[in-house]
Amino acid sequence: MQIYLPIAEVSVNAFLLLGLGGLVGVLSGMFGVGGGFLITPLLFFVGIPPVVAVATSTNQIVASSFSALLAHLKRKTVDIKMGCVLLVGGIVGAAAGVQVFAVLARLGQVDLLVQLCYVVFLGTIGALMLAESLRALRRTRAAGGVLPKARKQRTWIDALPFKMRFRTSGLYISVIPPVAVGLFVGVLAAIMGVGGGFIMVPAMIYLLGMPTKVVVGTSLFQIIFVTGFATLMHATTTYSVDMVLAMLLLIGGVIGAQIGTQIGGRMKAEQLRILLALLVLSVCAKLAFDLLVMPAELYSLSDRRIGP
Amino acid sequence: MIARVLAVLVAALVLAQPLRAEQVVAGLSQEAISITTNFDGSEILIYGAVRRDAPPPGILPMEVIITVQGPSRPITVRRKDRRFGIWVNTEASAIDLAPTFYAVSTSAPLTTALTHTEDLRHRVSIPMAIRAVGTGLLDQGRFTEALIRIQGRGGAYQLNQGDVRFREETLFDTSVRLPANLTEGDYTVRIFLTRGGEVVDVYEQFIPVRKVGLERLIYLLAHERPLIYGIVSLTIAILAGWMASAVFRYIRS
Repeated sequence: MQIYLPIAEVSVNAFLLLGLGGLVGVLSGMFGVGGGFLITPLLFFVGIPPVVAVATSTNQIVASSFSALLAHLKRKTVDIKMGCVLLVGGIVGAAAGVQVFAVLARLGQVDLLVQLCYVVFLGTIGALMLAESLRALRRTRAAGGVLPKARKQRTWIDALPFKMRFRTSGLYISVIPPVAVGLFVGVLAAIMGVGGGFIMVPAMIYLLGMPTKVVVGTSLFQIIFVTGFATLMHATTTYSVDMVLAMLLLIGGVIGAQIGTQIGGRMKAEQLRILLALLVLSVCAKLAFDLLVMPAELYSLSDRRIGP
Repeated sequence: MIARVLAVLVAALVLAQPLRAEQVVAGLSQEAISITTNFDGSEILIYGAVRRDAPPPGILPMEVIITVQGPSRPITVRRKDRRFGIWVNTEASAIDLAPTFYAVSTSAPLTTALTHTEDLRHRVSIPMAIRAVGTGLLDQGRFTEALIRIQGRGGAYQLNQGDVRFREETLFDTSVRLPANLTEGDYTVRIFLTRGGEVVDVYEQFIPVRKVGLERLIYLLAHERPLIYGIVSLTIAILAGWMASAVFRYIRS
């Protein structure tokens, strides 16, 4: 069944989009990630204009993160104070990111920027995750499941001013690092059409030293507001949020997420992380391949009124 | 002075006489094209007849050329080059105006049916429909070629030589396939009647292409009330997320 998307102005098979949303939903349910980093490139592959793909996936992330956040709020695993501090940086970052996006769209370099961001960030995170989980897997085999606990050390972060107490996380740290992390993730959300959980979760654990149990909930809290804000910015500056496209992805996504959670529950955490790392690396490899190999068509068209 | 003006007018009338000898009358299968939710392209049938007040003038072959043109927009064509090992957009050509849709259907090969001079005057062939002046690029031709090639692949630019069929001596028809990614606007249908490559008569008609129903509503809201549109999109997203978790909780319990 073909459906005409009013903003993207292309006709796409509705079941393809439902399936795509479902597939990403399964993966995000399995791995506990938002799936923005998968949905945006997949939308490129099915022929949605990049600007619309980025803007619409931010809208889709709001929906998928919201149902997950509800569960975390119920379990009280959200540090709202920390979330608000991250959010301050996030909003500023997203506003700046949307402007950068609009300028580069005019220059015709937006595809390159998005692709480069994906290759760099997915490549780095994927490689780190793979190495870390392989090491963890070997260690659990050798030591019979006992993980050595790292001692908390004083770092340069403790020397920064503007300290604040975060009761839920049990932290007393400067607000500069969380604002900076939020800022960085906000920029990425606007440019890559992702929630940024894959950057924020490791940053919260290793940089801010937050307890693992509040990390996912807090990052979801920040993601909803940042992607929601990015959606509004895209809607008002580039007019490229496609409601119909978002709806179709959403329906597939929420169903897929529930199935994914069931599958994820039956697998070991290390196995899941290795699979996720491989998935991230293969998306990265595909995008890198496109940049390195001579394209079949060297020329491309763009409408000057709305960007590429 | 008055005599001179009169003389010119009379001369014009006399010169205009052979043009009036043959006229095109035509019609379209659709009054308008509506882009609905399940829009997947469309086809318009264009039919017409040649009306004569006198026996056919001369022995030069009569041909019909039909063009369908969508709204024009400024378009940037970019070319990729290898820089630092990766393929990057480098040179760009800003084309002033290029139609978003352009189809030429003819009853004979275009070069036979129309002389180059007449093509220049009426802007009939695909390269003539594209306006690219003063781009300052040495190889502008390649960018225009690329535009035609890319648009042609998606069915946005078509050259259907020999697709106009004569039924009787004076009745003709053709059908033009419109792709799914149509741009809204007034489409112009032009019918040229030529003899020996010279244009004898031109018939012009508009066919509006509009989004209707939900498509129109969403499009208008997104462009005229972007903030409200953004808020509505977010509200739908949040409600869907909340409903999904509520439904699945209900199923599990």
